[in-house]
Amino acid sequence: MKYVDEFRNKRHIARLAALIAKEATSDYTFMEVCGGHTASIHRFGIPSLLPPQIRLISGPGCPVCVTAARYIDTLVALASGEGITIALFGDLMRVPGTHQTPGEAKADGGDVRVVLSAYEALELARSNPGRKIIFSAIGFETTAPGTAVTMIQADREGLANFFVLNAHKVMPPAMETILKDGAQIDGFICPGHVAVITGSSAFEFIPQRYGLACVVTGFEPTDILSAVLMLVRQVNSHKPSVEIQYRRAVSVEGNVRAQGYLSEVFEPGEVEWRGLGVIPSGGMQIRDRYRRLDAASAFSVEIPETIHANGCICGDILRGVRRPPDCDLFASACTPDHPEGACMVSDEGSCNTWYKYHSHE
Amino acid sequence: MSEKITLSHGSGGRQTQALIRDHFAARFGMNGPMTDSALLSLPSSLIAFTTDSYVIDPLFFPGGNIGKLAVCGTVNDLAVSGAEPKYLSAAFIIEEGFEMDQLDTIISSMADEAEKAGVRIVTGDTKVVEKGQCDRIFINTAGVGVLSEELMHISSGSSVREGDRLIINGPPGDHAVTILASRRNLSFDSPMTSDCASLNHLIRKVVEKPAAVHFMRDLTRGGLAAVLNELAAMTRHGITIEESSVPVEEAVRGLCEILGFDPLTLASEGRVLVLAAAEEAEGIVERMHTDPLGRGAAIIGTIGAGREGRVILKSSTGGSRFLDMPSGQLLPRIC
Repeated sequence: MKYVDEFRNKRHIARLAALIAKEATSDYTFMEVCGGHTASIHRFGIPSLLPPQIRLISGPGCPVCVTAARYIDTLVALASGEGITIALFGDLMRVPGTHQTPGEAKADGGDVRVVLSAYEALELARSNPGRKIIFSAIGFETTAPGTAVTMIQADREGLANFFVLNAHKVMPPAMETILKDGAQIDGFICPGHVAVITGSSAFEFIPQRYGLACVVTGFEPTDILSAVLMLVRQVNSHKPSVEIQYRRAVSVEGNVRAQGYLSEVFEPGEVEWRGLGVIPSGGMQIRDRYRRLDAASAFSVEIPETIHANGCICGDILRGVRRPPDCDLFASACTPDHPEGACMVSDEGSCNTWYKYHSHE
Repeated sequence: MSEKITLSHGSGGRQTQALIRDHFAARFGMNGPMTDSALLSLPSSLIAFTTDSYVIDPLFFPGGNIGKLAVCGTVNDLAVSGAEPKYLSAAFIIEEGFEMDQLDTIISSMADEAEKAGVRIVTGDTKVVEKGQCDRIFINTAGVGVLSEELMHISSGSSVREGDRLIINGPPGDHAVTILASRRNLSFDSPMTSDCASLNHLIRKVVEKPAAVHFMRDLTRGGLAAVLNELAAMTRHGITIEESSVPVEEAVRGLCEILGFDPLTLASEGRVLVLAAAEEAEGIVERMHTDPLGRGAAIIGTIGAGREGRVILKSSTGGSRFLDMPSGQLLPRIC
């Protein structure tokens, strides 16, 4: 397949792996903060291609995993409302809230539907004028512009039955939180899709303030291996900077038009990240101009006190402090069929990928 | 306006009789008196017996419809057990208001597919439920087939041994992707068609040398990944798959790349996994190539190399990883 096979060329992969093995002269720990990277790394068996002195750890890059339990509880409560349809991304169906997953709320009679985009939720609102459609808006700078454009469109059309339950998040402040919490890493594999929107400049503070290496990369095996090689070289030369490996999609300034839509609809705000706590400026808040579409102000629901799963170490895993097999629940009480923590639910979650692609007996 | 199914079609009275006589019995070639049971004779006392229900959405898709699927699915369940499918039952649960034209199309597809597969639909049932009590139409088929003693070992996998080769008859996932695309109105440069087909004739060629075939299973829900993991757990052997040997259609790969699916977990309705003795595998692949449904046949892996009870995928990029059982709901109601 064009634009894919070139980046999965076995010969190029072997050559990159050999260069990394040659140049990696000490121990290195790199963190990826994009769920797409986590999934690619394990799907293509990248760890099996790297020498033992290179350790890749996963950060808080899976949008489902960092969605607070309270948000899920709110979705579940809204789902039982008269005339309400919840439109969400499929992964959210099985994320445990305090008492129920959205999937269980659906089984109890709630109208919960899977959509592939915000726009699809808008279409639902147009074609079901008698129902109130609430789109569950999760994700980082990658999915947020889609939500923003959809909200602008809904506002223009004067749609009275389209709402957004917003939990959009901003990645760079979360990376800074991890560093402040004392993560022991030598560099970041920076999120490629986030950077398409924000530009690589969003990560400049990392080498400047924390002296760590950064490479923005794509999602194919040669992308990831090239990024690892570039990170090793940055560390070896003691010259940390933000380099772009993913040139075919990412620029320094990013997608200015998408940024315009984002600032039209959202402003920086604090938000709770599952596992990391409340991060100032770690979220996007809906501006007053679009408040009418904000499900959090349009509906009031009773939410039970949020209780977190007993013994789940999702928080430590999301900060890269511990790894999935370090959790007592991993592969015993917590499996993809019966997830205790959000990291086990999504295909991009660390625990889920670890469970799927590694030994777990 | 076209005729619609009403509750009286299911009440057992005159309309029910007319529906059965003019629509089902006529097309299924049931010419005899309407008895409560079909009375049949079989050439062997070894019988394979299976049943499956079909609830697919959309009902009509490129390459088939719920009726064709209901015949193929049950024929295939019998065939992969080593049996020769003979007779099917067909039971329908229909929502009131369903269009008679659509029902006729479904019945015709079933009759055509049964004829192609060489099976007869010999008994059936119809229930009509109120609007909202089911989604348009659900079909159950059960089937019986005859089995010869020398093929008894196939469904249990009891003769699987180290060194056996794994063969599939074509690229997996076409059915799942076609259904997904129809449901989401996605279009491809080259249109996708479901692989939905009756495999019994192909399988006859596969089992020409009965002892050479050690196991067969059709790749339905959960796809190749599910079948391989079931097999590994059942036989306690390790399994190694070469990703680059598994043929996958470009459109399937493309959609999987976009939506984040693994083609190895996607369902097919006309694909079979065959395990064969190493020395016979090439011959079986060659015989499969002579059948239209086996043109894409390929050897994709080996039994025994690797850890007991686990499936290892050697990725086309040179890495390797476990291929786990898919979990959760990937696509609703695809069969």
